[in-house]
Order: sequence, then structure tokens, then C-alpha cells
Amino acid sequence: MTRPVERTGTFQLAGEAKGQALVFSQALSFWGGIDAETGEITDHSHPGLGQNVAGRILVMPSGRGSSSSSSVLAEAIRRGTAPAGILLERPDPILAVGAIVAEFLYDIRMPLVVCDISNLVSGDQIDIGIGKDGGPIIRVHPAINPAAPRRQ
Amino acid sequence: MTLELTAEDRSMLDGEQGPSAAAAMKILVAFSNAVGAGGLLDIAGAHIDGCLYHGKAGLDFVERLVEGGGRVQVPTTLNVGSFDLIHPGMVKMPAAEEVPARRLMKAHLELGCQATFTCAPYQTRFRPAFGQQIAWGESNAIVFANSVIGSRTNRYGDFIDLCCAMTGRAPAWGLHLGENRRGRILFELDVLDGEPSDSLFVGVGLFIGQASGDRVPVIAGLPQPRDEDQLKALGAAAATTGAVALFHAVGITPEAMTLDEAFQGHAPDETIRITRADIDHALARLSSVRDGAPVAAVSLGTPHFSYEEWMRLLPLLREAAPGRRIPIYVNTGRATLARLQEEGALAGMEAFGLVPVADTCTYVTSILERLDGVVMTNSGKWAHYAPGNIGVSVAFAEMRDCIRSAAAGHVVRSAS
Repeated sequence: MTRPVERTGTFQLAGEAKGQALVFSQALSFWGGIDAETGEITDHSHPGLGQNVAGRILVMPSGRGSSSSSSVLAEAIRRGTAPAGILLERPDPILAVGAIVAEFLYDIRMPLVVCDISNLVSGDQIDIGIGKDGGPIIRVHPAINPAAPRRQ
Repeated sequence: MTLELTAEDRSMLDGEQGPSAAAAMKILVAFSNAVGAGGLLDIAGAHIDGCLYHGKAGLDFVERLVEGGGRVQVPTTLNVGSFDLIHPGMVKMPAAEEVPARRLMKAHLELGCQATFTCAPYQTRFRPAFGQQIAWGESNAIVFANSVIGSRTNRYGDFIDLCCAMTGRAPAWGLHLGENRRGRILFELDVLDGEPSDSLFVGVGLFIGQASGDRVPVIAGLPQPRDEDQLKALGAAAATTGAVALFHAVGITPEAMTLDEAFQGHAPDETIRITRADIDHALARLSSVRDGAPVAAVSLGTPHFSYEEWMRLLPLLREAAPGRRIPIYVNTGRATLARLQEEGALAGMEAFGLVPVADTCTYVTSILERLDGVVMTNSGKWAHYAPGNIGVSVAFAEMRDCIRSAAAGHVVRSAS
């Protein structure tokens, strides 16, 4: 077992979560891209088609697409089909609104973090915690045999 | 950039103005931080695209604001809902979906929103003025307000449009700020049209929507429109094939009296020529059937038909006198419909197959009696979305040809 590697970032919505990373180099739109009933990726133009985001730590450069993604994310969080947490390279207003609305309505905090996402691959075990200063601490337990090469 | 809040903003955030205002301000602050706004600004009005039922979370949100005693702080119009409340029985829906969908429309009224239920709030008495800051949802309304009127809004949507209305504030960023409204990409229209047809404006909209990305487009060489409905059709099409929230048409729209004004003295990043062939190609993609195919229905009024469009349609109906076999659905705002009814303008029109639809739209809910045939429309937006939304085949044509086709029973299009 390799030692966990820590990195920091900024919370768009603070919270704690752990799960297996699901990493995409291409942004995914929740509206028209994810089935909120199941968490399955349904966007035929996305490499993640057929995979499931539920309970995973979704890692991607940014959000994408219509503002209706806020509703889809909030609905997925309500149904328990949403990712456990999301790591983004760039802040995303649409996903932030979905996550905040779900917290407001259902008291479920799905952490949304802006941080360096290089060198993460699907299968890494990711632990999102809250540091003393209120900012995120992301611990990564690298997968031993990653399915894809690591991007620096 | 750090977001600076006023004392009034803080008071809302801290719950001094009730739990609903606090929740709305909290969401607005998070959104503003995410887009990098330096502060919030006052808005004169809002338009909420929240009345179409897409799932429980959307309804739960509005219900919570109602329970918290929330009220909108500025005049607020509502976009279409899933129902035509003016014509009961028009929309067919299972009871399990009907109850929450109706409640969603009513809950918005309990927050103090106006029962406009139209995607064309610029055709109501709540039309904003030049230079006014507003927070609008609904892509065609956004592009019309920014481009044709010169009011200022970003593309707001889900939850955040309502948060702006509940607080009377919007993030000071994007198209609210003058410098971001300058043109970035120039389209030179190289098309000679004696009397510019409606479809020319649709075609230009489709083209610039696809080619602009997130850059503000400027159109040079656009013929003077007959009326603002042609600009409405252009904007709706541009916001369908792309994410256009503002366009300038040189010599036509209010922030583009000259090319230099449209670009605020800068040079365009890119210049693209639009030819007749480009327009024809863009329009051809809206039709999946050939001339002569049997017509099941006609759908007009996406975006909602204006009074002036009705005044063009009614003589065409009398002239072509289609039978009532093929329904001619016309989506329109309830205020426009009320005016027509007061004037008696629609008397006897049902004999020609006319079916006015208010509060909703024929491509977002189940209204059409038959989905197995070809539906004709003069709307680029309807033609683009209806096949995916409700599974119909579409033939796009000028309004006159739609009505002639209804009379003939099959698709008839004049050479354009």
C-alpha cells in the first residue's frame, strides 16, 4: 500500500466524503448526460457512457452545458444517485447551485471542491476532509494498477 | 476576485429578512463566488424559467421558499408551465404527474410572481427598458432582452433566477457590465433579399448560434426587419443552436448603430461571411420530410405569438380557409389571447382548425392529438427541439406556406 498523498483546494460547497475516483479529462453535463434515477452516464458523446457516478468521487476539469444541470444534480443528490463528491479544476456555478440547493433542501452535503486534478486516475481512493482553516484536505490513496496512465 | 456584500445583502444572508431571503442570498453568494463577481447589483425585474416540472427537487425548492414566507422583491414574470390553465383539458397527463406539475405553477404565484406563463415576457406590460439590469431565464427571452431592447441580463436558469428575484440582486458580472457587451465576432451577410422573409432571419440565427461559441456576435448587412418579430425569430434560433445571449445587428439593434459602436472601438477576433447557400443549408436541416408529405398539424408561436403575428395570421387563415381537419396550434401569452378575445378577433376561427394554446407550448407537454404525422412550423426553435422532445417529424416553412399546407393536406412550399 502506497502512502496517501495530500492536496488542498477551495470548497464551492464544504463537506466530507470518500469514495473511488471516476476521472474524466472531458467535462460532463449533468443535464442530458446523467440519468438522475440511476446515476448512469447517458451522454453518447462522452467517454464515460454507461458508467455510473453514484457514490464515486467525480473528477473532471469543469462543468458543462445547460443551467438545467443544477436541477439534475439536486435531484440526483436527493435520490442518492449523485457522486459522493466532485473535484473540479475550475469553479462551476451550475454545479455549485445544484449542490447548495440539495444541502438547503435535504441536508445532504455533497462536497464540491476546486483543486489540482492532475495525476488522478479512476480507481484511486479519495478522501475529502475539512481542514482546520475550513478548507478542503484531499487525501489520495493511489490505485495500485490504474486502468489509465496518470496525467501530470 | 472577492465578493463584497453591502449591509443590506448581509442582513438578508444573516436571516434578518426571513429564512427564504436568507436561503436565496446564500445560493446567490455561492453562485457569485463561482463566477468571480466582485459584488451584487440591483435588478429592476426578473423572469423565472421554473414552472416546467422536471422532478421533485425543483418543486421542493419553491415549496420551501413559500413555507419560509418568501416574496419576490422585484416585478417577476413566469415562463411557460406544463399546463394550459386557460383551456382545461388541453394537456393530457397522468394524475401522478399532473398534481405536482400544477402545484409548481401555483407555488410560484404564492411567492408573488405574475401569472404570465409566457416565454415572451417582452410582449407583456413587464417589458424592461433600455439599459435596465434584469435577471432573466429562458434563452429566447434573454437574447431578446439583451439584443433588441438593450436591457442587461446574463443567461440565468434553474434556481438562480428565482434567488435573484427573491433578493432583488444579481451578480455584477458578464453581460450586466458594459465592457462585456462588446462584439467579438463579425458576420458579414452577403444575401440580397428584396423583401426579407421571416426564414432569412431564422437562418441567420441558426448560423450565428452555431459559429459564435461564447463570443458576442455582430451581424453586418442584415436587412431592416419588418418588425421586432423577425429579430425575435433570429435570437430564438441563435439561442437554440448555440449559447448566444446577446447579438448586435449593425444599424438595427440599440447598442450597434455603427460597426464601431458594436465592437466598442475594438477589432473583431474573427470575420465570417454568410452566403445564401449557408442560410439554405441551415434551414434545410430543420425539415426531415419532402414537399408533398401529408400534414398532421401546424404549430406556430414558438416563442409565443405576438399580437402583430396574430394580425398577420388571421387574414392568411381567411384567405386559405383550411378545414378543421388539420389543427393549427398557436402558442401565445394569456394577455395577448385576452386582448384578441376582447376584440372578437378569433370569432369563427375554429372552423379553420385554429387551436390557441396559452401558458405552455406544444413541444414541452402533450397537447398534439397526433404524433404520427408531419407537423409544420415557421419556428426554427420548434423545428429543432420538437423531434427530440415529442417525437414528431417536422417541415419548416414560412407562415403562409404552413397555412396553405393545412388547406392542401400536404406540405406545400413556395420557392424562397
